[in-house]
Amino acid sequence: MVIRFIDFLGRSFLNLSEMVGQFFMFLVRAGIILFTTKLKLHKLFVQANRIGVESLSIVILTGGFTGMVFALQSYIGFKRVGGEQFIGAVVALGMIRELGPVLTGLMVTGRAGSAIAAEIGTMRITEQIDALVTLRINIFQYLVIPRILAGVAILPCLALFSMIFGIVGGYVVCVHILGLSPEDYTTSIRNFVEVADIRSGLIKSAAFGLILSWVGTYKGFYTEGGARGVGIATTQSVVTSSIMILITNYFLTKFLESL
Amino acid sequence: MSTIISIRDLKKQFGDKWVTQGVNLDIPEGMMTVIIGRSGEGKSVLLKQVIGLIHPTSGEVLFKGINISKLSDRELEEQFKHIGYVFQFAALLDSLNTFENVGITLLENGMKAQDVLPIVKEKLSLVNLSEETLYKYPSELSGGMRKRVGLARTLVTNPEIILYDEPTTGLDPITARVIHELMYDMQKKLKLTSVVISHDLEIFKYADKVALLNDGKIAYFGDAKTIWESDNPYIYQFIRGLPEGPIQTEVAHFKDKF
Repeated sequence: MVIRFIDFLGRSFLNLSEMVGQFFMFLVRAGIILFTTKLKLHKLFVQANRIGVESLSIVILTGGFTGMVFALQSYIGFKRVGGEQFIGAVVALGMIRELGPVLTGLMVTGRAGSAIAAEIGTMRITEQIDALVTLRINIFQYLVIPRILAGVAILPCLALFSMIFGIVGGYVVCVHILGLSPEDYTTSIRNFVEVADIRSGLIKSAAFGLILSWVGTYKGFYTEGGARGVGIATTQSVVTSSIMILITNYFLTKFLESL
Repeated sequence: MSTIISIRDLKKQFGDKWVTQGVNLDIPEGMMTVIIGRSGEGKSVLLKQVIGLIHPTSGEVLFKGINISKLSDRELEEQFKHIGYVFQFAALLDSLNTFENVGITLLENGMKAQDVLPIVKEKLSLVNLSEETLYKYPSELSGGMRKRVGLARTLVTNPEIILYDEPTTGLDPITARVIHELMYDMQKKLKLTSVVISHDLEIFKYADKVALLNDGKIAYFGDAKTIWESDNPYIYQFIRGLPEGPIQTEVAHFKDKF
């Protein structure tokens, strides 16, 4: 009984180590191919369009309404201590440093990260990836690198939209609904928000772009079985990316603060 | 008759299950060799080991003396110039039209579309497809047309050998015959070596050699033209579809139980 349990633990640890190793080697391999082969720019633009432009509406919607509700909640709290004039700065800092990048990362994971896993997974189970190999096409150059690069490049742009619309949403609620003066809102933003805050938000969103496209391509690439396998890969891609984004967010925030 | 591919004691294990259990087979050059066997016997796995898409657990596949199973990805890529593979369901890329699918190797290697176009047209005409199909997507093509586009795509690299994984599965008998004749014509016209996995016994009319895979090993290898006269018990049972014989079937097990 005890030996069986130890055997189970050992096997589980080995399987986990193998999976983690394969996951990181996937990115290393993509990195090596990126720097040793010519980048296919038009494929990068196609993926940037799919991941970025097609996600823009949900990112704007999410950012806008988050800014609005954030302003509303802040107003309730700040009114009690007489600090309404700081709401603009709080909303802006929250959106720029935290909510913009994280919510964009999570929304794009749900929309584009899952699509990446499903598309590549379907290609795997229908032998399209094997066909590419036999046709002497570098599958990393063809499938993986454009998606990862597009994710890294486009997420900061999307996060920027989320930040802007969040701040605008906060403005609409504060000025037009709660009756705060426009000057109070904008002045506090000017006084308290620094370039370093925006830089921090953009770096974080680029990291989230890397995570969601890396996990999506990896899960799709190693899909097994039929339609069920694609479903599992897609679900795992969204869950893994979301958890990784939330964990990375904490450590990255701490790291960027220490700089 | 020289041998172009030698398969030596090829074994493949997935988890606890052995799929190929010591396959030995010599593929003659310039001929059509058909590999038959029951479903789930590991014919596709064997073919994928031949081209290097699956690495064997042990044994070797020698293509003109080069051990395919020991090659690195880069070295294997070189061999793909000589060996083409036609997939069971064609494996055309959904997001690309016929022109892009057939010309993908050339386009991805930097050739301009206007230079690729005449080559694609030539390969499409070889498989009897008109220029009307050029800009159609796989979803707009029939099963038979997709298989022909898959074959045209393989021909773009001018391979010496083409491996076909069940090329007529899912096709009606008329279309299946068209595909068989096309494969035969290709082989004669382009002096190719063909290795075909098939369940369709009609292919014996076009084939030169037949190998029967049973229990992960080659149970029979002989001439296709005289196969119906063979007294080999395995081939006798298989081509006549008999439930009783040396090949174990679920029907035989079922009968034994009752």
